[in-house]
Amino acid sequence: MDNKSLVSIDDYTKEEILEVLARAAEFEKNPNCNLLEGKVVASLFFEPSTRTRLSFETAISRMGGKIVGFTDSSSSSVTKGETLKDTTKMVSNYCDLVVMRHPIEGSARYASEVSDVPVINAGDGANQHPTQTMLDLYSIYKTQGTLENLNIFMVGDLKYGRTVHSLLMAMSHFNPTFHFIAPKELEIPLAYKIFMNKNNIKYHEHTEFNDIINDADILYMTRVQRERFADPLEYEKVKNVYILKNDMLENTRDNLRILHPLPRVNEIAVDVDENPKAYYFQQALNGVYARQAIIAKALDL
Amino acid sequence: MNAKKELQVSAIENGTVIDHIPAEYLFQVINILGLDNCDNSVTFGNNLESKILGKKAIIKIAEKFFEDDEINKISLIAPHAKLNIIKNYQVVEKKIVESPDKVIGIAKCMNPKCITNVEAVTTRFKVIEKTPITLKCHYCEKITDHKHIEII
Repeated sequence: MDNKSLVSIDDYTKEEILEVLARAAEFEKNPNCNLLEGKVVASLFFEPSTRTRLSFETAISRMGGKIVGFTDSSSSSVTKGETLKDTTKMVSNYCDLVVMRHPIEGSARYASEVSDVPVINAGDGANQHPTQTMLDLYSIYKTQGTLENLNIFMVGDLKYGRTVHSLLMAMSHFNPTFHFIAPKELEIPLAYKIFMNKNNIKYHEHTEFNDIINDADILYMTRVQRERFADPLEYEKVKNVYILKNDMLENTRDNLRILHPLPRVNEIAVDVDENPKAYYFQQALNGVYARQAIIAKALDL
Repeated sequence: MNAKKELQVSAIENGTVIDHIPAEYLFQVINILGLDNCDNSVTFGNNLESKILGKKAIIKIAEKFFEDDEINKISLIAPHAKLNIIKNYQVVEKKIVESPDKVIGIAKCMNPKCITNVEAVTTRFKVIEKTPITLKCHYCEKITDHKHIEII
């Protein structure tokens, strides 16, 4: 039973994305309900996560469901050498829905094929994290009133950032113009440029982080991580270039909102937090509503 | 074929000749097609001269006629392979191998962090480019290009 699972953002059509966003707006108005009454959700976190796990557990609790599971693999039978297949098979017998985070890429797709109940991917290594993408989309939709024809600026690590890649794929339904701001070492991978060329999506690449952001509707910041650089000198050169400071926002559009998947380290200066254009903390809250909508869809509720 | 030239692998009366197999992949082709478990008479030659490939292999299987999707499996390692269908010692049909749309259980995903390289999972790929053949893993969604295709 694979069809109700959400493993990759590509599993949703454009219509399904819009349906889930509309549902998320309803949950935002009335977060507490009893849709999951009598249902058990297994929350299998094979690697630790704070935000994603708490936001899922909050979503489930607010819908009246019960949660079973573990928060890292050291407290599960994985330490005894059990395979993912066996763990998934066994747990899917107990529950109505599986929420899973796993460090191995492709593990969520495999689990969805083994499981008798739907699986929601809460991150499979560097591969996919579709519920993050849905909360990003919900945040964009809510702050801009539309997903169509927006100028989306993405800044930082565009090479390894899975949230960047999934958001790019999802936004491709809505005629965006992308601007990518990144050091050469962390530029957007070729595969995505080919994808955008094939689909006639407008994009521009920049290495300078300056007043070009004045045209932005959405500024999507990500962390530039030291461990991504083979040469530590290269990291030292770029580490302070991709930092957003409050004075850079002076001439930006009124509707601009700044998103960040969090955790932030230093790529957004603390003085930005007070700016009304800063949206990353509300964005994290939107994750609860987006996940409520995704759970409801997975269970046909 | 040139009748004057001596055949390097004896002719068959009825069956299929698979020609232009890269020499280093002969045994993998045999494997993929399951010829090691086949009762028909199978003859093959390896390291034969080839203008295209340098060294090539050829396989002749008596009384065997492959379905297209059966034979297309070898396109991953032998993209230039050609099939001659033999009836009564005559070539009655020539076929070229075509890339399939899906590749199941034959190739290895090049991503070491992919679940198919960690647990006993049958690999599955979508063929996203036919020349040169490029595979996208159904599980980890990473690309395995033709230079990195490894046959299981």
